[in-house]
Amino acid sequence: MVFALVGNQNCGKTTLFNQLTGSNQHVGNFPGVTVESKVGVIRSRKADTVVDLPGIYSLRAYTNEETVTRDFILKNKPDGIINIVDATNIERNLYLSLQLLSMGVPTVIALNMMDEVRGNGGSINIEKLSRALGVCVVPISAAKNEGIDELIERAAEVASKRIMPAVKDFCTVGPVHRCIHSVTHLVEDHAEMIRMSPRFAATKLIEGDEELADTLGLNENERETIEHAVIEMENEGGLDRMAAIANMRYDFIEKACAGTVIHAAETKEHRRSSAIDKVLTGKFTAIPVFIGVMFLVFWLTFGLVGQPLADLLAAGIESLIAVIDTALEDFGMNPVAKSLIVDGVLAGVGSVLSFLPLIVVLFFFLSVLEDTGYMARVAFVTDRLLRKIGLSGRSVVPMLIGFGCSVPAIMATRTLSSERDRKLSVMLVPFVSCSAKLPIYAVFTAAFFPDNAPLVMLGLYLFGIIVGILAARFSGAFIFRGTAMPFVMELPNYRFPSPKSVFMLMKDKAWDFIRKAFTVILAASVIIWFLQTFDIRFNVVENGEGSLLAAVGKFISPLFVPLGFTDWRIPTALITGFTAKEAVVSTLAVLVGTTVSELPNVLMHSPELFTTASAMAFLVFTLLYTPCVAAVATLRREFSSRLGAAGVVLFQCVTAWVCAFIVYRIALLF
Amino acid sequence: MTLDKLEVGRSALITKVGGEGALRARLLDMGLIPRTVITAVRRAPMGDPIELRVRGYELTIRLEDAAKIEIEPAEVPKIFSSDCSSCCAHSCKDCKKGGK
Repeated sequence: MVFALVGNQNCGKTTLFNQLTGSNQHVGNFPGVTVESKVGVIRSRKADTVVDLPGIYSLRAYTNEETVTRDFILKNKPDGIINIVDATNIERNLYLSLQLLSMGVPTVIALNMMDEVRGNGGSINIEKLSRALGVCVVPISAAKNEGIDELIERAAEVASKRIMPAVKDFCTVGPVHRCIHSVTHLVEDHAEMIRMSPRFAATKLIEGDEELADTLGLNENERETIEHAVIEMENEGGLDRMAAIANMRYDFIEKACAGTVIHAAETKEHRRSSAIDKVLTGKFTAIPVFIGVMFLVFWLTFGLVGQPLADLLAAGIESLIAVIDTALEDFGMNPVAKSLIVDGVLAGVGSVLSFLPLIVVLFFFLSVLEDTGYMARVAFVTDRLLRKIGLSGRSVVPMLIGFGCSVPAIMATRTLSSERDRKLSVMLVPFVSCSAKLPIYAVFTAAFFPDNAPLVMLGLYLFGIIVGILAARFSGAFIFRGTAMPFVMELPNYRFPSPKSVFMLMKDKAWDFIRKAFTVILAASVIIWFLQTFDIRFNVVENGEGSLLAAVGKFISPLFVPLGFTDWRIPTALITGFTAKEAVVSTLAVLVGTTVSELPNVLMHSPELFTTASAMAFLVFTLLYTPCVAAVATLRREFSSRLGAAGVVLFQCVTAWVCAFIVYRIALLF
Repeated sequence: MTLDKLEVGRSALITKVGGEGALRARLLDMGLIPRTVITAVRRAPMGDPIELRVRGYELTIRLEDAAKIEIEPAEVPKIFSSDCSSCCAHSCKDCKKGGK
């Protein structure tokens, strides 16, 4: 049997999903959208699976998350729905439940965080609530793993016996009631034809769902009759169609909860949250705290923990490669084949693995920030700034991570709640200068701007941000049209994150990256190796000059003459930057016949390579041109489209060229 | 009066929810419905958006969207019912003093 797990955001859905499935999970994407889908086998019932649907507040088809959930229930027809409800916030959570209950699918309600309700002296009469809603309600605590077995048992029972929700009428006698019932009769056979619950269809039609009217195949006459009924309801009840239906649901919930739900005066969780919020969102403290938190995350990820781990791993891989290298040499292997294994394949594997510590450490912090509820506060605090570039406050964290590495930054856009924001942020992230570009800046500022190095670097970072903002505005206006997702966001109580969820997320992200990026990065590494090793007649080259790579560099070099890069070695070095940005300086050093540490000296004294003006253009170009292959692979995954990723690469290269050209021309004037 | 003008710490009764499309749907779904009590909790450090308390939970909306919601001043009920669900929207300190 297949169960759908549905619930609001911040109600413990992911925690419950992890409790139900353990590590038996498969993470994927819903087709065509960047909405994550997770499927898992239920731990205690190996034949049954549960699908974790996105956290939503309603089943209107306004967001992709809502559409995905709705379509899954209507089209995939799960055997049962497990609707998770936050007992501490029961009224708003039941709003979604009422919509689910009208869909005519066997359902159980998992009443989560009951321990918190009881711990504060509140209570919920489960039996009464169950009767009022007409479904089985099981009290659970997902975080403490309480009530999960009973929940599974009830869900299986309801689904196997096909027990439908008993209460269908959420309206009391009056204009809304009359309207719903007459529309239900009108569309009954249409709805049953496509095996949709007539009640659900009627309510959605009254709310003004045109798409559904088409799906049901209603003719002009029927549509007009419905419109008449709705207008009648609006006139009589004094509320328009949308408000009337929402009002009906909340009325029903209030009645169902009266006498059933006894709220604690103020929960200690809420009191604690208010106290924390005084500091974390306080007028004078919020922004310093935010900067402090981001600094700490950065320092721990790229400084104290992540980078040393990555370096350690890289050193390990390097010595392993050295061992294999010697072994192959002793074995007497053909030098070209050996080079393919060592410089092509193993180097590629090494570069994939070197990203892992950063991803794991960063996602540890990100999931802690998200699960505690601080991420929502970040959005609250920074929204005003981010709104100016057409994004919402939620995008600020992925953007900041971009200063470290684009790969986890792009992966972090997953936490954004709307697809449009996600795509815009993914576009913007690569413009934020990542740390791998620092070696390039270091060499060039040392060679050409030794006195103003910090100023030039700062200028580059700012320039990247400005271009990114302009790019976001441009793509917001022309590419990802559609209205921005409304910024109406819950600020949940602060909670202690569940270690299991944090661990699962880290594991998911690491695997996800390895699976999706491995082949791409490996292929790129082997291709670059091939180009570097052979000349045009497939003979092994002695020096860099005759290689295929140099030939490609020479071929495209006319493109770069307007930027002041007259030497073929510059585009050649830029091409290798596609595998990893650090490669730009190392390749350039090899091509000019020196070492990286000596490179600034050599560049200073070779005006045929760079002038000050063309060096500036070069810095701007490397700042903005294509993200590295690992970032592109991640980008492709998040866009779930090759074309989209290729578009971003092209867009960035063109932007880089134009900006470098402008900078070069201006620099020439001085 | 509109919701963006509601002073921090004050409560009011929603009389009309404006806006359109996705925004309006979202507001209604989150429980901002005519005749609902709403309290302004705080403003973000840069003055916008605002944090509100409604139906026993907190949410944040932008001022420009809050301006689309009409409100009328509401008297904080002085008598607190035992279940407290109606008074918690205002001030829970009062509730503890006066309740039960």
